[in-house]
Amino acid sequence: MATDTAPLDHDEATQSENDAWDGAAAPFKASYGKLMMWYFLLSDAFTFAGFLIAYGALRFSMPTWPVPDFVFSTAPFGIHEWFPGDKAPLIFVTFMSFLLIVSSVTMVRGVQEGHRENQGGVVFWMLLTVIGGAGFLGCQAWEWSNLIGVEHMSITRNPFGSPTESGTYLMADGNKSTAEEDQFIAGSTYLIHKAGHGHGHGDDHGGDHSGDHGAGHGEAQEGEKLFLAQANQMVDESGVDMANIPIGGVNFPCFYLDEQGFIHRKYLSEENEKMGVQEYSKQEFGPKAFGALFFFITGFHGFHVFSGVLFLVIIMLNVASGLYVKRKNGYEMVEKIGLYWHFVDLVWVFVFLVFYLL
Amino acid sequence: MDNITATPPQTFDEDVLIKEQGYDDHFHEHHHGDKYQSNFINHYIFSMDHKMISKQFLSTGIFWATSGAGMAIIFRLQLGFPEESLAWLKPLLGKWIVVNDAGIGTLAPDFYYALVTMHGTILVFFVLTAGLSGTFSNLLIPLQLGARDMASPMLNMFSYWFFFLSGVIMFFSLFLSTGPFSGGWTAYPPLSALPQASTGSGAGMTLWTMSLVFFVVSVLLGGINYITTVLNLRTKGMSMWRMPLTIWAFFVTAILGLLSFPVLVSAFLLLILDRSLGTSFYLSDIFIAGEPLLREGGSPVLYQHLFWFLGHPEVYIIILPAMGLVSEVLSVHARKPIFGYKAMVFSILAIGFLAFIVWAHHMFMSGVNPFISNFFVIFTLIIAVPSAVKVFNWIATLYGGNIRFTAASLFGIGFVSMFISGGLTGIFLGNSAIDIQMHDTYFVVAHFHIVMGIAAFFGMYAGIYHWYPKMFGRFMNETLGKIHFWGTMIGAYAIFWPMHYLGMAGVPRRYYSFESFDAFSHFDEMNKFITIAAIIVFAVQILFVVNFFYSIWKGKKMTTKNPWGATTLEWTTPVEGIHGNWPGNIPAVHRWAYDYGKDGKEYIPQYVPLAENEVDGGGH
Repeated sequence: MATDTAPLDHDEATQSENDAWDGAAAPFKASYGKLMMWYFLLSDAFTFAGFLIAYGALRFSMPTWPVPDFVFSTAPFGIHEWFPGDKAPLIFVTFMSFLLIVSSVTMVRGVQEGHRENQGGVVFWMLLTVIGGAGFLGCQAWEWSNLIGVEHMSITRNPFGSPTESGTYLMADGNKSTAEEDQFIAGSTYLIHKAGHGHGHGDDHGGDHSGDHGAGHGEAQEGEKLFLAQANQMVDESGVDMANIPIGGVNFPCFYLDEQGFIHRKYLSEENEKMGVQEYSKQEFGPKAFGALFFFITGFHGFHVFSGVLFLVIIMLNVASGLYVKRKNGYEMVEKIGLYWHFVDLVWVFVFLVFYLL
Repeated sequence: MDNITATPPQTFDEDVLIKEQGYDDHFHEHHHGDKYQSNFINHYIFSMDHKMISKQFLSTGIFWATSGAGMAIIFRLQLGFPEESLAWLKPLLGKWIVVNDAGIGTLAPDFYYALVTMHGTILVFFVLTAGLSGTFSNLLIPLQLGARDMASPMLNMFSYWFFFLSGVIMFFSLFLSTGPFSGGWTAYPPLSALPQASTGSGAGMTLWTMSLVFFVVSVLLGGINYITTVLNLRTKGMSMWRMPLTIWAFFVTAILGLLSFPVLVSAFLLLILDRSLGTSFYLSDIFIAGEPLLREGGSPVLYQHLFWFLGHPEVYIIILPAMGLVSEVLSVHARKPIFGYKAMVFSILAIGFLAFIVWAHHMFMSGVNPFISNFFVIFTLIIAVPSAVKVFNWIATLYGGNIRFTAASLFGIGFVSMFISGGLTGIFLGNSAIDIQMHDTYFVVAHFHIVMGIAAFFGMYAGIYHWYPKMFGRFMNETLGKIHFWGTMIGAYAIFWPMHYLGMAGVPRRYYSFESFDAFSHFDEMNKFITIAAIIVFAVQILFVVNFFYSIWKGKKMTTKNPWGATTLEWTTPVEGIHGNWPGNIPAVHRWAYDYGKDGKEYIPQYVPLAENEVDGGGH
């Protein structure tokens, strides 16, 4: 219907003396369908821009923000253990991004085969694109389940905190530790663990962080593992009912157990030490907005990828069935979904930038 | 009546010109059976014909306008006559009318706010966005450009049905036991973000948000279609500089909507998360009934930025189509070319651009940095320049014209008057120093009602009276139309002019009662006057609605294709309105849209080829 009403391509030859803007022609040499896809993408770009601006506004109103190299340093199958300090900063997300970018390349090949009217080629390259997109989604699912299930991050809780001052952790007797690995610097990031989880031995979840330092401080790993083991033992021995922790939490000499069972390590800040004040501070949760923004924005992007994969599959089946050969408008539908797919990739570049690099 | 619709003195051999010179797009080879309009459902309900979709937008808009205005009357009654009993409204409003022991019924304060909120939401989105732009973009873009239909008739149909769905959801929210949303049409958090904040903040707000998300889908589907149609489906010879100003206005309106509504969606999605999943994007340090909430780190001002990034372009989304319609109507009925066609186009473009960089002038009192206000003040005041260019051009178009005072042209002239009055107070409010005094007073209410409420309605009425014959093949009653015009013109000024004085005296808007403010007690009589004026204006609008529906069946029939003697292409289509718009070839265009009184001819339609040595007007 619509294709019939569009006065395109008919008088291209007789119109040659005219400017493309003089009517009865497509001034951008694009059919109405492709133009619509472009304008949809433009509007969608503004939606994402709205989210990323909200991200910027909230992030830069916070005193601290978790260091991404620390937060995203786990990989499935214990792969992060191959790296120094059991930490593989951004390795997994790099793989994810690579998958998505490569799927853009295969999409380009699919469109190219479309121009060559090669039905089999289009299906083949679209299939690879679908695999790339589905792989990306699978990676994202693993990343989310690790963050939520193992590290206890949620849209209302961010266990990745950052101290605003340098300091030294306390030992089991409540005195300042003398060990070098128990010192930390302002602006680094720690993970607040839940008691009874991630004892640091064997890493049975395949992905718990066991470190309290920012990038480059991986050698302190052992200290953190020892502390967790010790803390869990202290909690067990204290006889606290983990299912029913008293209101206000429980105070231990070197940490504080909050009502939800999280272990907040205590430390003596450099400032207090210099002033000779024996007042101890404890680890606090990081800004909640981190979790909320991360899950919402990557989720919204993931929803775009998911819809893209669905449409790719539908269009791939249509190509395979020969529908577009019958329609005689080439493989324009493949081009249109290609535009969408590249857009989704491009948006990921920005999402990647703000959450994983900055 | 007869003298204004008489067949013009000279005629053009339209059929021959279109047949011989027209543009053959092989349309009929593809359309043997008319699958669009084969039965009642395809023709009247799930229609893909842009002319029918336009009528659907218009009739839905009229429904919402009547409801929204009725709400205003109810809350004005409470405000103007707080001591009179409203018990007679109990059958309609039920428990929202509270009757005391003495038998005096008053409107419940919660419901007063709900009515104010619904009035704003309905009028801004459902009537002046969908009802105005939806109606006339759909009707005129294909007809004036010489296209068979929109680029995608299917998406066009979806656009209407998403709008309909959005309306159904909003309508349901009126019947909730806790009432519809009551936190103002701008839905600022925390009232909108915390379900426990007020009675309307619970289910009412949930439905409100859902409704508006669907509404945005409708606007985007429509907008993408309008832009694409304008770019790709112009007929042969219809260059951009030959497009009527209506099309320019709808084109820029669609671009504004396409770029600003998505940001509103961002704002709403974050709001939905705050409401239902406990995040804190917009919330920080909140206490409810003395109890602190565990919400921290968010910023309510962030919502305001995201909202007004839509909210400000939105007022131009409302007023630009009205400007386009008025430009066309004034030129046709003054029998003169529009004055300064190119300047008009560049003004539309300039307004469209500036619309995106002035949003924070709604937020001078929200705690934004005063130095940033400087930036927004300057750009806000610069908008006065293209606006003034347009006003002077309309006046220059009318000047020395052979004006036919029809209902359409009267509303066009009334539009210019309203736009001047409301625009001048905009210059007051655009200055942050004055806005600090005027903010959230009745001065603001007066300003925006005149400049984007009444003015946009005038543009819409001008369009309806002018294009009614095109839509329904009959004329509206001119006498009733003139009563409608004078009643609305005088009545609207009677409502809103006094509000400036209230505002300058500091009377705040949205208040349910001024009983405990002695300083404002001497405005009681003025408030009564305003309410009475509002009731009269409402009655006059009912007259319009009656005229509208009466004329569909009983109006005077249109006997000629081009009753107003206009130059544009929509008047070359058959009176009965067929699918595909033109029975044979599409007319080709050879000149701009405003050849009135040229070379001794009263008017020369766009499909007439240029004579030898004749120079095209407008942009050429």
